[in-house]
Amino acid sequence: MKRFLLFLPLLIAIVVGIVLFAGIGKDPTKLESALVGKPVPAFSLRDLHNPDTMLDQSLFQGQVSLLNVWGTWCPACKDEHDDLMWLAEEKGVNIIGLNYKDNREDALVWLDRLGDPYRKTIYDPRGTLGFDLGVYGAPETFVIDAGGVVRYRHVGVVNETVWEQTLLPVINDVRGNG
Amino acid sequence: MVRIVCLVLALLLPAFAAADVADVYEFSDRAEEQRYQNLIAELRCPKCQNQNIADSNAPISKDMRDVVYRMMNDGASNEEIVESLVGRFGEFVRYKPEFDSRTFLLWATPAIAVFGGLLVVAGVVIRSRRSGPESPALSAEEKARVDKMLADQDRSS
Repeated sequence: MKRFLLFLPLLIAIVVGIVLFAGIGKDPTKLESALVGKPVPAFSLRDLHNPDTMLDQSLFQGQVSLLNVWGTWCPACKDEHDDLMWLAEEKGVNIIGLNYKDNREDALVWLDRLGDPYRKTIYDPRGTLGFDLGVYGAPETFVIDAGGVVRYRHVGVVNETVWEQTLLPVINDVRGNG
Repeated sequence: MVRIVCLVLALLLPAFAAADVADVYEFSDRAEEQRYQNLIAELRCPKCQNQNIADSNAPISKDMRDVVYRMMNDGASNEEIVESLVGRFGEFVRYKPEFDSRTFLLWATPAIAVFGGLLVVAGVVIRSRRSGPESPALSAEEKARVDKMLADQDRSS
């Protein structure tokens, strides 16, 4: 019994070490969305290209889509734009844009210059839908299933690696279940 | 005179510092303002993760303060306000997480540590009582060995 007690500090150190080691490498700035498993919040916002057209959550019905939150004020959004173009053109991914806290003129110039990977772009100048989605920093990309339910949220830039290792498996999984 | 000026400037300094993040919100009375301050002090900014939304200058914190204020004006209770933000941004935004099966260890660890410490102290006390003066730490034989070892060491040094 006494012998065992001598090893107690070592045991505690090992347990604490394992617990702390498990935390290394996790990026604490990437939070899981509170909306996973819930439908896209109800909204009614204008189309970026056609101010007279109103868009709402029915936009996400019928097929799996990526919802990409972006703004011209966001440098990382520029970094991922080429990859979004590649996804839309080469992979045929259905991407919906959410132009977040931006202004229409700048956004249209941006899409004109860099190309437009979005099937539709929701114009959200005051960030209301962004807030309901729990967006805390652009760019963010949501995977939304054909029933309009949020399945995954990726915070940060989308590139080939993220697509192949993170988003594509989620989409395949969603398609398999749906 | 110089001292007085310095004192006045020093007193003004925190006022300027605090004015940095303060938004212009109107409250009907002090109690409401205090309630607002308490709420934004215990909500965490999802962007700048180690600040509450009261301290943070991030745009998202500003939005969250706006929503807290608007919901208060609409007559929402504290729980409703916090729940609505948790529903959007996740449990993460609570600085005081709910007590449930996942947060059990978080809340109970201090009590467990104190209890464990008390057990250790009690064990030590009981043991020292039991092995009182009638059973000394060393037997006569051991005592003799120790004395011899010490004597040897003294001689060699």
